[in-house]
Amino acid sequence: MSHHTTRAAAVRSTSAFVPRPTRRALGALVAAPGLLSLAACGGSGTGGGSGDPSVLRVVDYYNTPADDVVIQETLETVASEVGMTISREKIPGDQLIQKVLQMSSSKTLPDLLMLDNPDLQEIASSGALVPLEDFGIDTSGFQPEILDAGTYEGKVYGLAPTVNTIALFYNTAMLAEAGLEPPTTWDELTSAAKALTHDDVYGIAFSAIATYEGTWQFLPFMWSNGGDETDIATPEVAGAAQLWADLVEDGSASQGVVNWGQGDVIDQFKAGKAAMAVNGPWNIVGLQNDAPDLEWEVAIIPVPAEGEDSVAPLGGEVWTIPQTGDGEKQQQAAEVLQKFVSPENQLRMGTARNTIPADAEAAQTFAADHPELATFVEQVSTARSRTGKLGTQWPATAKAIYTAYQQVLVDGVDPETAFSDAAASLG
Amino acid sequence: MTTTAAATAEAARSAPRRRGRAAGSALVRYGFIAPAALYLALFFGYPIVKNFTMSFQEYTSATFFSGVAPFVGLANYRAVLADPVFAKALANTGIFTIVSIAGQFVIGMALALFFRKSFPLSGVLRSMLLLPWLLPMIVSAAVWRWILEQDSGILNEFLSAVGVISSPIPWLTSSDTALIAVVMVNIWLGIPFNVVLLYSGLQAIPEQLYEAGEIDGATGWAAFRHITLPLLRPVVSVVLLLGVIYTIKVLDLILGLTGGGPANATQTIATRSYEMSFVEFDFGHGAALGNVLIVIALLFSVIYLRANARAAKKG
Repeated sequence: MSHHTTRAAAVRSTSAFVPRPTRRALGALVAAPGLLSLAACGGSGTGGGSGDPSVLRVVDYYNTPADDVVIQETLETVASEVGMTISREKIPGDQLIQKVLQMSSSKTLPDLLMLDNPDLQEIASSGALVPLEDFGIDTSGFQPEILDAGTYEGKVYGLAPTVNTIALFYNTAMLAEAGLEPPTTWDELTSAAKALTHDDVYGIAFSAIATYEGTWQFLPFMWSNGGDETDIATPEVAGAAQLWADLVEDGSASQGVVNWGQGDVIDQFKAGKAAMAVNGPWNIVGLQNDAPDLEWEVAIIPVPAEGEDSVAPLGGEVWTIPQTGDGEKQQQAAEVLQKFVSPENQLRMGTARNTIPADAEAAQTFAADHPELATFVEQVSTARSRTGKLGTQWPATAKAIYTAYQQVLVDGVDPETAFSDAAASLG
Repeated sequence: MTTTAAATAEAARSAPRRRGRAAGSALVRYGFIAPAALYLALFFGYPIVKNFTMSFQEYTSATFFSGVAPFVGLANYRAVLADPVFAKALANTGIFTIVSIAGQFVIGMALALFFRKSFPLSGVLRSMLLLPWLLPMIVSAAVWRWILEQDSGILNEFLSAVGVISSPIPWLTSSDTALIAVVMVNIWLGIPFNVVLLYSGLQAIPEQLYEAGEIDGATGWAAFRHITLPLLRPVVSVVLLLGVIYTIKVLDLILGLTGGGPANATQTIATRSYEMSFVEFDFGHGAALGNVLIVIALLFSVIYLRANARAAKKG
């Protein structure tokens, strides 16, 4: 999920209220030349990686200073420990997959490649990655759900040193003024959102846009309600859409949610136009910079009924070793990767990037050191990977999900009908 | 490029043949054409052919690594035409193109006629009109997204301040208004193009014709109908034809404003094709739908050019 995230944060640091290009618009910018250049490279041959035996080629999309500096330093440190240097290429988040496909086609894949976790299976299924066990990488210590996010057909292809998820940001002043505690159940959420709505302030903001980003925001509600991506034609899945529809119907959330990305959502929250917002830790730096006087805290995403588990989706990037055909280089890349994902480095990167260490023990240390992120540590501990059950079928289902809730929110279609139609479209 | 090549070829032909070899001069002639031909083949021919073959293949992300793309015949076309969004995307493409072109042309023509009269600051105003054209599309789209924002967008603020509306219009978030809003922005975007071409066309009409017309009583509408329009016909054809070609494939504007949403209300063939290739990673489907769009655009062009040729013959 973080291509939205990292880039959003980058733009954010300039100013919250300047109109900025959306991910889609940027995507469009690259689309036309992308088509041509994708078509233009169909060559074959072997090779890839870097020609120089002591240089590891790395590709990722960490462009914001908060991500970039710590990633660069950590990579340099671990590479020097095995006597290597790195040559790193940073790609704009929304262009990474196109770039990877191009590199894959022209046999110029790097030695270490970062991917957003829901894309891993798609790329692994193309044969462009190697299973990490082939190079003896030790994955013990990683939480099983985090390993799942980097697993394709039973083998681990990618490791995430740190992860993220989403939770409920709330404006403490507004809640205090209304005499409210942060909501923990759906009933409390709807009544609190209603009570917090007045004049030009909405009770809650979330992203219900027709992209994977919107589906990612829908998942905590769908999963916590007992819904499952393997069958979306269920009352549990429809129930989550009903909750969103009720919030919009009540006027507690703007109709604008259907065209808001997560960056737009946090902007509404910053501007004091939303009392609560569903969002992630990657936006915290921007929130602090742009709205230093805003008082806010973070709560777990409310569940249908008291005592149930709040299940959110797992976000973050996984690091992989591409199939370059250079076994020696791959072995060296594996050594670097092993050191890169050590618990110490997880803590270091987590601290700099506001992301949660993947190692269970490191995560606990992290929560103690960073109480402001403790909620996210808790939310991550019950989070699920998006591709764990469906693998390469996930994108189609994610699309069916956003198509259905958009019909509910925009055209007023009954949620059960919308989701059974969506399930039927998947065949 | 072609004119230079032709002129040079002409010169080569009429030049005294010192060695008297026709074959040599033919070679020279082709030599001049070769760079242009090579350029066209490489940068226009190859992608079109590739897109065509791709539409008959199962072309997925795996293809990029393995190079293997099995031939699937017409399966991609069948899938694309059976896509539940196809009918809506087709209708939206039609509405988007026709209404955009009509709006751009009428407003562009009115402005061009207006600027024909010279008045103080007309030059400055005319260059200001070019602004939408100069802005990068993603910037325009982002700015319009803010202007059309339901709760705090300035368009709704303005309309409610002057009392035209009582409750904010959900421009980009309702399936009733989203297509209208997108067309509106596209009209704004296309006006400069229309004004510039039509204005320069108007400049080429001799003033004497209007003076002569005035003596015969042709002023105002009659002058426009019987002097301006017939003489402007070639320019109008170019403007409309290019307009259709530009508009039918608009992608970045729609992606920037609505991403084809809400609930596919602004999905066109172009956005759907982009989505198939770059969101669903099914490049075969994307290519097939892209080719459908090319065929539609070609049909439009042929019909239009024919109608125009007939009209020209009559006139």
